[in-house]
Amino acid sequence: MGHAALSGGFRDAPIQAAHVFRAAMTATAQPGTILPVRGATPPAPLSVAAGALLLTLCDGDTPVHLAGKLDDPSLRDWLTFHTGAPLCDPQESAFAIGEWEDLAPLNRFSIGTPEYPDRAATLIVELDKLEATGATLRGPGIQNEAKLSLPDITAFQDNAARFPLGCDFFFTCGNRLAALPRSTKVTR
Amino acid sequence: MTADQYNFAYLDEQTKRMIRRAILKGLAVPGYQVPFASREMPMPYGWGTGGVQVTAATLVPDDRLKVIDQGADDTTNAVSIRKFFERTAGVAVTEATTEASIIQTRHRIPETPLREGQILVYQVPIPEPLRFLEPRETETRKMHALEEYGLMHVKLYEDIARHGTIATAYAYPVQVEGRYVMDPSPIPKFDNPKLESPAIQLFGAGREQRIYALPPYTQVVSLDFEDHPFDPSRADYPCAVCGAVDSYLDEVITDDAGGRMFLCSDTDYCGQRQAAGHTGTEGAP
Amino acid sequence: MYVAVKGGARAIDNAHAWLAEERRGDRTVPEMTVAQIREQMGLAVNRVMAEGSLYDPDLAALAIKQARGDLIEAIFLIRAYRTTLPRFGGAQPIDTGNMACDRRISATFKDVPGGQVLGPTFDYTHRLLDFMLAADGDVPEAAMGDPAGDPVPHVTEFLNSEGLIQPEPESDAVPRDLTREPLELPADRALRLQSLARADEGFLLGLAYSTQRGYARNHAFVGELRIGSVAVEMDIPDLGFAIEIGEITVTECETVNQFTGSKTEPPQFTRGYGLVFGQTERKAIAMALVDRAMRWEELGEENVGAPAQDTEFVLSHCDNIQATGFLEHIKLPHYVDFQSELELIRKLRAQAKAAGQEDAT
Repeated sequence: MGHAALSGGFRDAPIQAAHVFRAAMTATAQPGTILPVRGATPPAPLSVAAGALLLTLCDGDTPVHLAGKLDDPSLRDWLTFHTGAPLCDPQESAFAIGEWEDLAPLNRFSIGTPEYPDRAATLIVELDKLEATGATLRGPGIQNEAKLSLPDITAFQDNAARFPLGCDFFFTCGNRLAALPRSTKVTR
Repeated sequence: MTADQYNFAYLDEQTKRMIRRAILKGLAVPGYQVPFASREMPMPYGWGTGGVQVTAATLVPDDRLKVIDQGADDTTNAVSIRKFFERTAGVAVTEATTEASIIQTRHRIPETPLREGQILVYQVPIPEPLRFLEPRETETRKMHALEEYGLMHVKLYEDIARHGTIATAYAYPVQVEGRYVMDPSPIPKFDNPKLESPAIQLFGAGREQRIYALPPYTQVVSLDFEDHPFDPSRADYPCAVCGAVDSYLDEVITDDAGGRMFLCSDTDYCGQRQAAGHTGTEGAP
Repeated sequence: MYVAVKGGARAIDNAHAWLAEERRGDRTVPEMTVAQIREQMGLAVNRVMAEGSLYDPDLAALAIKQARGDLIEAIFLIRAYRTTLPRFGGAQPIDTGNMACDRRISATFKDVPGGQVLGPTFDYTHRLLDFMLAADGDVPEAAMGDPAGDPVPHVTEFLNSEGLIQPEPESDAVPRDLTREPLELPADRALRLQSLARADEGFLLGLAYSTQRGYARNHAFVGELRIGSVAVEMDIPDLGFAIEIGEITVTECETVNQFTGSKTEPPQFTRGYGLVFGQTERKAIAMALVDRAMRWEELGEENVGAPAQDTEFVLSHCDNIQATGFLEHIKLPHYVDFQSELELIRKLRAQAKAAGQEDAT
């Protein structure tokens, strides 16, 4: 395990994790809202925001799937060292992280069960751009409508159609994040 | 052990992560009760351990916390919980609804409308709205999964048959976004219309190990029938101190000869109104 | 002019000061030390350790002192402390077959290899108040015997070797942890036993007694009751093997219960199991009976609707910290809810009266 794996975590975890969680919670509660976070400096190519989310939400109880080019030794070491999260296949993952193309097809991820819809995967999607333009979002947390530069439309429509089952999404770009829970209805 | 030896906001980081994950899933599926591994807290079950854990997992150091019980900031348990977070999280506290970023509550929603960015944390004793109709968790879980809420409608209908009206005055069940039937915690039904709010609402039931949530602007409908619409009634009096006619009232017995008066249950609301010059029959001259 | 009652904070501080004074009692009487409680109130200490799920006699004794002898309050103090402790890892399962027994009896055989060892028991004491104790009577030292060196075999193993008792499948699966995960129903046996081990002694006693009186009777014999110390071992990843990290005293009860059998399976006795921290035999026996009652489904028995058979009922209500919290919380202010009921009942009565007058006219 190299030096890079040991650095880049929170300096003051209780406080920094609290701030990142508040951003993640606000984003989930108000889909489409884009918020900055800080505190993590993960190895490239992982974004600051994605790294901060992993540090805040993952631990030994949450299997994580690293998709595509994120499944590389330096990231694996970094994640294992800082969170203790076991790495796994998409099917077993509580969290999955990757670029949109690498996460497809989505039907590999858990959408929960009718008795326990909470047992669904949370996907962290790394994007090149994250803006309040593009797809229209409606649903809980949104007063009228919101806009977000989603990487796809139908995939999120299909996901929402399964409500209360379905995956929940964070989108990360640099030090910013937004969220799209399964309750949000997406139109073009 | 002194307060200094405990982690920020008392809970260890692993516990907070577990609670935070439950909160996020709760927000993603509004009204659904997410199981969580509630911890033993240094106050008893029934004293707000669920709300305290949710607040602890949500607080940041620059928050300003308000705690109310029965609408009042000065009730003993509200005082005790506020003190707990002052000690373990070092956060600022306030009694003013408008100044608070997080409000932990037992049995009331503040009268002053909440705004975007505020968080309301409810202490919940029995999170399962169907529990008093079906005591088994294994059964009620199936009923939620199948969206099988007939039993609840039968209960409400039987009320009407017997009493001519729905005989539920608090913890009045609601349906969230047309899907999950949810217990709004034992708030008086007067408060039910305020459940549709710009604020984030989080519900914590410690002993029953459940967390659930309402994102802002989530549709929340109090269950009723077309010919017996929901009625958020209140005592038909003005507040004796501030003269408010739109607030929920406590009835205070003033002597042993039937004397009584009605006062705002929300002490901050009443105080703000008095400060603005409003007065009732017993108010300051 | 009306002035609302204020001063919650001051009331709390005063209440706590008064409580501390009451706990101390008459200051002319010497204060009890934690060591005195640990040594002389050992069975209370054991109960607090068992239901608090923390094996630490000194902390349990401190909790009893702080709780003024209210054991449920003491258990609560221990639980609240326990949950803040960091976890270093899980121990290996303890081997009760290697127990250094202080007490070991079997009700199913007159004599067994390893012998019947009464140990320090109240069983055959005459329950006469001993006024010598009130007069600070010194206790003569008990006679010492030579400890038997060899491990004492489990009595149920004798039955097992003949195939007369239903075997328990071995498993290396890591059981779920009731203190780290929400209870999920239906619960498997490992989770049920975990829950019973920290359950309220009185609740289990009542349930176990109800099975004896016919509410899902399971014909329990105490196959064996043993109390003694066992080693606790833990795998140390860096070493690659397990080392002993300490010793604890536990009480283990294995009951031999009514047999099952079918056309294909020859009849066999069945088992109930109890394992509790410290010398806590009433609890361990009760646990074994309730465990056995809850096994009706896997053993193909009828559910007669008895409380002890109802796993969800038992597990949801056996924890005294949950129970006492929810029970006692109804003394907190509920006047907002009460007011809403008051409004409702006045309205209903007014409607009924109006309807009555209408009928009369």
